[in-house]
Amino acid sequence: MSDGILVVTECADNRFRKSTYEVVSEGRRLSDQLNTSLTVVVLGSDVLSAAAELKHYGADRVLVCEAPELADFDSDRFTPILFDIVTARQPKIVLFSASIRDKQLATRLAAKLHAGLAMECTGLALEGENLIATRSMYGSKLIAKVALAGTPQIAALRPNVFPAAAVEKASEIERIQVKLVPSRIRLIEKRQSVAKLDLTESDVVVSGGRGLGGADFSVLETLAGLLGGVVGATRSAVDEGWRPHADQVGQTGKVVSPKLYLACGISGAIQHIAGMSSSGCIVAINKDSDAPIFRYADYGIVGNLFELVPAIVKQIQK
Amino acid sequence: MNVVVLLKQVPDTESLIEINADASDIKTDNLKWIMNPYDELAVEEGIRIREKLGSGKVIVLSVGPERATAAIRTALAMGADEGVLITDPALGKPDPLTTAKVLAAALKAVPFDLIIAGQRAVDDDSYLVPAAVAEYLGIPMLGMVVRQEIRGGKIQCEQSLQDGTAVVETDLPALFTTQRGLNQPRYASLPNIMKAKKKPLETKSLAALGLDAAQLGADALKTRILSLAFPPQRKVCKMIAGETVEEKAARLVQTLHEEAGVL
Repeated sequence: MSDGILVVTECADNRFRKSTYEVVSEGRRLSDQLNTSLTVVVLGSDVLSAAAELKHYGADRVLVCEAPELADFDSDRFTPILFDIVTARQPKIVLFSASIRDKQLATRLAAKLHAGLAMECTGLALEGENLIATRSMYGSKLIAKVALAGTPQIAALRPNVFPAAAVEKASEIERIQVKLVPSRIRLIEKRQSVAKLDLTESDVVVSGGRGLGGADFSVLETLAGLLGGVVGATRSAVDEGWRPHADQVGQTGKVVSPKLYLACGISGAIQHIAGMSSSGCIVAINKDSDAPIFRYADYGIVGNLFELVPAIVKQIQK
Repeated sequence: MNVVVLLKQVPDTESLIEINADASDIKTDNLKWIMNPYDELAVEEGIRIREKLGSGKVIVLSVGPERATAAIRTALAMGADEGVLITDPALGKPDPLTTAKVLAAALKAVPFDLIIAGQRAVDDDSYLVPAAVAEYLGIPMLGMVVRQEIRGGKIQCEQSLQDGTAVVETDLPALFTTQRGLNQPRYASLPNIMKAKKKPLETKSLAALGLDAAQLGADALKTRILSLAFPPQRKVCKMIAGETVEEKAARLVQTLHEEAGVL
């Protein structure tokens, strides 16, 4: 008999990713609706103290899977642990964040369980006990309603879309005896970049396109820094080598939904729009008043971005 | 060494997508089709591996309708050696797990050392097919690769993570998925496009793979699209005007603060 909702968290350096709270909160909401319990899984090498925090987000039970071998993410090690938990506890629904790491984990678990998976969901509803996921397709060009069947039903939620809501629960913390399987993958080296918020998780994204004219994005960096946001780029800016591939927003890059998206010197190619049109508020700055980007923006300014952006910075600083 | 590239034909990312009358699918007439951009990286990397080793083959494998042969031909024109398309009316619109099952069955007849797949197809954005193929074949999978090196039966890959990269290694056979930055795919030259027409491109049915179409049918699907819709329309863009740059900037900041509530 399948019952309950299971949420998989992402914990690094004893801290959860922002998107973890969003997924736990959505898990709570669905659990209440189904009148069932919410179990949250934490995997890592030293995660017990972090795990206690989840009682503030409505977890009924927190399963702690600790082992030194789980310090670094390895889908070969993480997947079987989750597989065992799901097989033993038979949850009806399993939720992940659609972060880079957990996209891998969710797909591998779905494949191993031969379970339905809805990726990058922006909304979840229930029809009886079955999940109906709202998710975007073709970047953000279309919104699909997808019915899941079978048990369990897995959904990975797009970061920055679901609200994180504080709900106090007297969570029961349960340490799981982890059965480690040998991994086929050997970690040789980790190359950490400067810790910065990922584009998909940031509330503010300041993006630049061909209008930047070169690799100097410092005007955008300053504005993004001031707003606590991050800098994104169009495919052409990335193809020119002005920005790293990780910064690319679009149908062939990252699909983002920040509260505020500032498009600077971006004409508005369809594949770029597909990556940012689900943002809360879109501001376009372009010297060409006919640029297609203005058709997709809430607010527009025609002018030279190298003058306008510093002037906006000055205004905000006032 | 044989490299198999998994390929999907998708609508051109520069095209507007339209929805059909009963909102169950997209309109496909008049649509321009291309090779999934992440699969282009996979084809390119496969060709580079063959060129570096000076031996082996690059085999392109796809599941889809007849028109997908055009995307396979493009891969052959880039330099892949052979193409296989699994096409069968009984497949209907397969979900990702079904597609992966078909690919895995087809791979039983193709000797391979390495499989390269796009991290996702930019139409359904499901990410699931490569993971499921690796699972069904029982081989290791490395996701989001930006650099690879093959040496002595092993492959070392640099994977793109949320906060940097990781260099990992595994034994072949294995599957890896592509991330932008891996390479710059070549364009097919005219002579190579002509040559590609003579390269082997085989079409197979489900029965030829020993698969039972009935078992793969709609009843077995774990995900099913109920309806498609366009995202909500935005209001007309409000243009912020002003005599000077400072005035425009001040008005924008004020509007974002007071009206939009985002500052």
